[in-house]
Amino acid sequence: MNWDSYDTWTTVIGALCAVSCALPGCFLLLRGMSMMGDAISHAVLPGLALAFLVTQSRTSVAMFVGAALVGLMTAVFTQWLSRFGKVDRGAAMGIVFTTLFAIGLILIRQSAHFVDLDPGCVLYGSLEVSVLDSVVVGGLELPRAVLTIGAVMTVNFLFITFLFKELRICSFDPELATTLGINANVVHYLLMVVVAVTVVAAFEAVGSIIVISMLIVPPATAFLLTNSLPVMLVLSAALGVAAAFLGHLGALTVPVLLDVRGTVTSGMMAAAAGMLFVVAWMFSPREGLLVRRLQKLPISTGGSSAMD
Amino acid sequence: MLRIACAMLVVRGMSPFLLGLLLSVLAAGAAAAGQKEGQDASYVWKVLTLQSHNARLVILSTTLLGGASGMLGTFLLLRRRSLLGDALSHATYPGVGLAFVVMLLLGGEGKWLPGLLLGAACTGVIGVLLVLAIRNTTRIKDDAAMGIVLGVFFGVGVALMKLVSDLPGADAAGLNDFIYGSAASLVFADFLLILGITVVAGLLSVLLLKEFTLLCFDESFAASQGWPTLALDLAMLGLVTAVTVVGLQAVGLVLIIAFLIIPATAARFWTHDLRRMLWLAALLGGLSGWVGAGLSALFADLPTGAVIVLVAAFLFLVSLLAGSARGVVPRALRQGRLQRKVGRQHLLRAIYEILEGQHPDVSAPIRNLPIAQDALLAHRSWSLPQVSRLLRTARSEDHLEEAGKGKVRLSEAGFGEAARVTRNHRLWELYLIRYADIAPSHVDRDADLVEHVLDAEVVHQLESELRDRRSSLEVPPSPHFINQPGEALDHGKAEP
Repeated sequence: MNWDSYDTWTTVIGALCAVSCALPGCFLLLRGMSMMGDAISHAVLPGLALAFLVTQSRTSVAMFVGAALVGLMTAVFTQWLSRFGKVDRGAAMGIVFTTLFAIGLILIRQSAHFVDLDPGCVLYGSLEVSVLDSVVVGGLELPRAVLTIGAVMTVNFLFITFLFKELRICSFDPELATTLGINANVVHYLLMVVVAVTVVAAFEAVGSIIVISMLIVPPATAFLLTNSLPVMLVLSAALGVAAAFLGHLGALTVPVLLDVRGTVTSGMMAAAAGMLFVVAWMFSPREGLLVRRLQKLPISTGGSSAMD
Repeated sequence: MLRIACAMLVVRGMSPFLLGLLLSVLAAGAAAAGQKEGQDASYVWKVLTLQSHNARLVILSTTLLGGASGMLGTFLLLRRRSLLGDALSHATYPGVGLAFVVMLLLGGEGKWLPGLLLGAACTGVIGVLLVLAIRNTTRIKDDAAMGIVLGVFFGVGVALMKLVSDLPGADAAGLNDFIYGSAASLVFADFLLILGITVVAGLLSVLLLKEFTLLCFDESFAASQGWPTLALDLAMLGLVTAVTVVGLQAVGLVLIIAFLIIPATAARFWTHDLRRMLWLAALLGGLSGWVGAGLSALFADLPTGAVIVLVAAFLFLVSLLAGSARGVVPRALRQGRLQRKVGRQHLLRAIYEILEGQHPDVSAPIRNLPIAQDALLAHRSWSLPQVSRLLRTARSEDHLEEAGKGKVRLSEAGFGEAARVTRNHRLWELYLIRYADIAPSHVDRDADLVEHVLDAEVVHQLESELRDRRSSLEVPPSPHFINQPGEALDHGKAEP
């Protein structure tokens, strides 16, 4: 195994994606909206198709705006259905994203007569390809994805830093937030905008697999390890970086072991995140299965027999 | 008038009628669409009634799948696990790759469909078990547990597929399309599989209805009664897995997720009864499968799955708006009716109390005299528009008549109703004072909350409880002070 600059950039892009997803993912987890990433990943299809039909071009800016708007609409419609229709949140999400996806499929099929718009190709970039697409900034050759995802990560970081108090109160106690004069609705929709933008930007750069898994798995792992929200945020970002590194390491070594040509790095990163989750699930000092089992053991066997 | 008719229709539980209406609208739309394509109406009818050979298999399969997943989706919805179908369908992904490898290693052909489906079902089941295990052993909730399984299994699946595709001697090309098929490529064997699985799933959910109901509504009670809740949960999820896996292969990923969620959620708007909801969800699922597949058979270039999802979404939208049990419009109508009733009763009681105030002699019967609107304004904390609206409604209900400028008078019916309403209010006040130890000066507000929903039986009970009162037919005197216009305002402190 030899590690060169290609591998470094792959890991860096994966890590940047993981951190940008894990930060808002913590709040999604606390609000019980973890499936939002998956929902948005299916729902953006009509946004892409409409952006294409309106502008008649495949520029990524139009696509990005269309996808982000539909991503936001997914969140808004879900909220409406669960508030006004009193539908369970998960069911509302499922109804919205399947319907939007169906509309997108039909739009694409209808426009297929005069253009070729392959949803798989337009929607999902791939980590392997985006590393090769490089630009020169200040004499340094960087993959373009590093810039876009880096920007998204910075925005997410600033968003969470500046609105930390509001986000925290709204996640744990929306009623208290309202009495303190914080508009919980505005905060909710701001978070949804951030999630939609992150998800779409990351799709375009590296594909949906990293996004769907990194929005949920590192925050859930961190949730098992701590009771403090700031610690959980830092921990989930660190776990995301670790998953990116281990994932790429796995992508380099596993095919060699099995004597096949290669595998998909983003898939391996998701698998690595899963492994880290299992480790935390078993050995977490508070929540781990091992600790719980130990806690259930009688304190002293001699004492309990004396009680009999 | 029309509004009232609609309200009657919706609220009186005439859902079959509305559904029939819906069906004919859909059929008419299909017929119109067919004509636009240059086909006559009889062809549309032939497709929808399964006489067209090409469409028959697809329509039957989607109808069956819609019915079965509608039923199972009901249980998922009630357990707040609607997105499990989503997690499950992604969790089947690595199973396909694994089954492919195993079959290759055993020397067989990699793309043997039943083997691949079995592999998909295996990892699907493992995924579901992991969701349950995460939920049961950590503080992570259902939705995040599903998300974890979905993300990780999907990632592993993608990585595995790529690994497998490079195995020597393997032709894995198109493995994805092969397993995550589309309705158009259904063959007779697929149909038989769907028929078998859906019938078994439907029968088992009917046979285990009592147990599943218990599990849905009170899992811990079921456990305390000695029911094997884990085994029942697994049986339920096993059925869901079976339907999901055959559905995935036949009609694709998004459609099967939609089938598990949309019909059940739509059915929830029409009824509070689980049995009815099950049948209705099966009906709505089957209907969207039937109409959607029929429609897409009429238009060659519409993807079947997407059309079915849109038909289901349309049915959902109608149910959301018009559903008789929880629909938005019937609920708003019920709320409006209650508000009008409360307003009417408050107005009538206010007038009655003003009339009482004009009669210092308690023993004499109260006479129905005209009263000034200003007196009403002063009596409760009403604004002028509120009072005028209440008066307008009361006039249209013939409870009130004009009596000169700025004055109104109760009609005969209105006077009787006012006496009855005031009496109910006072009876409840007396009850609260006697049995709930509430101070007479505070009892007015409490009685206000309840008096509007007192039915004849409760009033009768109150009468017998308070029998030793002087009379049970007259309106008893108010137990507390009522502020009358023209008196000194500081007396008003007695009533908050």
